[in-house]
Amino acid sequence: MRRFALVDCNNFYCSCERLFRPDLKRVPVVVLSNNDGCIVARSPEARALGIGMGVPLFKVRETVRRHNVRVFSSNYALYGDISARVMQTLERFSPDLEIYSIDEAFLDLSGVASPVAYGQEIRATVRRHVGVPVSVGIAPTKTLAKLANYAAKRFAETGGVVDLSAPHKQRRLLAITPVGEVWGVGRRIAASLQKLGVTTALDLARMEPRRIRRRFSVVLERTVRELNGESCIGLEAMPAAKKQIVCSRSFGEKLTGYAEVRQAVCEFAARTAEKLRREELLARMVHLFIRTSPFDGSGPGYSNAATGTLPCPSADSRAILALVTRLFDDIWKDGCRYAKAGVMLGDLCSPDQVQPDLFTAGDDQDRSDRLMRAIDAINHSGRGKIWFGGQRPQTDWFMRRAHLSPAYTTRWECIPEVC
Amino acid sequence: MKANLIGRAGDVARLDIPLFLDAVPAGFPSPASDYKERTLDLNELCVKNPAATYFVRAQGDSMIEAGIFPGDVLVVDRSLEARHGDVVIAEFNGELTVKRLELKPEVRLVPMNRRHAPVPVPEGAELEIFGVVTTVIHSLRKP
Repeated sequence: MRRFALVDCNNFYCSCERLFRPDLKRVPVVVLSNNDGCIVARSPEARALGIGMGVPLFKVRETVRRHNVRVFSSNYALYGDISARVMQTLERFSPDLEIYSIDEAFLDLSGVASPVAYGQEIRATVRRHVGVPVSVGIAPTKTLAKLANYAAKRFAETGGVVDLSAPHKQRRLLAITPVGEVWGVGRRIAASLQKLGVTTALDLARMEPRRIRRRFSVVLERTVRELNGESCIGLEAMPAAKKQIVCSRSFGEKLTGYAEVRQAVCEFAARTAEKLRREELLARMVHLFIRTSPFDGSGPGYSNAATGTLPCPSADSRAILALVTRLFDDIWKDGCRYAKAGVMLGDLCSPDQVQPDLFTAGDDQDRSDRLMRAIDAINHSGRGKIWFGGQRPQTDWFMRRAHLSPAYTTRWECIPEVC
Repeated sequence: MKANLIGRAGDVARLDIPLFLDAVPAGFPSPASDYKERTLDLNELCVKNPAATYFVRAQGDSMIEAGIFPGDVLVVDRSLEARHGDVVIAEFNGELTVKRLELKPEVRLVPMNRRHAPVPVPEGAELEIFGVVTTVIHSLRKP
């Protein structure tokens, strides 16, 4: 029998913040989104105080103050490192593993004799080795494994591991699960389903798959089949090739000066180029947008974007920056209070798909590759930074991160101190 | 279809053929020619399980008799089971602390400095072992 496990870290960001802070155990902890806007992670204690997911911090300020909720800015250096450790630890349990998000992975457990015991071993090992708690959901399809994990998190008496191999157990859980909790059922689809009287996951499982396909989509039809134990979604051993790479941020405060916004835009361009090289891809299309905030009544509203094409696909920061600055001059407008900007690279391809044209010598390509590799190596070494004239990356001036914890695991000067 | 020669390519790239300094006896290869060395990697010596290894910095003088001085970097392996006598990072009273773990005759956290008293861990008190210290990195030349 086909068997999948979904391993999902519990309150991942909060668990990371707690790893080196025993004093934060059992106290309410929340983590904020980029720019310290909304709450994106809550410890169980914070949840119990009624602090909702996605709520802006200012709306719960009173609760935070009264119950001394510990507030953190997103520390992606830390979360990324802990995530990599979790994934590396999971690899020893199954050769087939799909990293689904920063805190979740699917494992192929087909052929495992006692799945619950195996799930407990996974849980104990990640807890012991990395130090963060995980829940494990096991089932014959990925959709059911997601659901099993939902139950493992929700019901403490499961001990953090739920095995839905038996059909009667699947039915029992489906009957008490709202349809909106099913993997692949978004809020909009859930609303239309409810109009049809489909309120629980079991209602959905009982729908005629072909009818679902006609009314909704092939994707939802697959979900229905998966809810009935028919595995339709396999492990993606190789994640789908990236379609585009984006770097876009809201500014901490509104920017009005040409030089300031240009610097931000150049910084985004350099970041996307770096991400592109990390993926070992080349881009042909470059897209840039800048805009004011629709909620800002104190200046003219403006939003514009421009798209350009590189002469030949490239991952060279110099080529991308040169194009972005030209695009920027095309759409720049004086006198606006800019709130957000972003750069997107598209039309991506891998280097072996590129036909060298008549006018580019292989030598140039080689020199460019070596230069970019050298820049990336220096910038990642933590000992110094190189940047282009247009950028100003030395500060996170475009991001508010008032409650940032140290990069405990990725910077020597930030490692935890013990007495 | 007819092909015309439009020009000659430049020099063909040179092929470097390795020169073996060992004489190669016919029939039987020299065992020495198989010796390949790579540079030593300190991680190999200090880090057995990278996913479970964390670094922390020691503060204070409570472990100087174990050769742990203020500012030293400790390599901590979480995958090891803490045994009696191990130097561990423990979570105790809401703090991380480095001490020698004693399990018998009773559980204690013992400083390695005669001027500090052992910390008894009363029955029922919450003591969690964060990890076992495997290596101390003590730089002799302060920056």
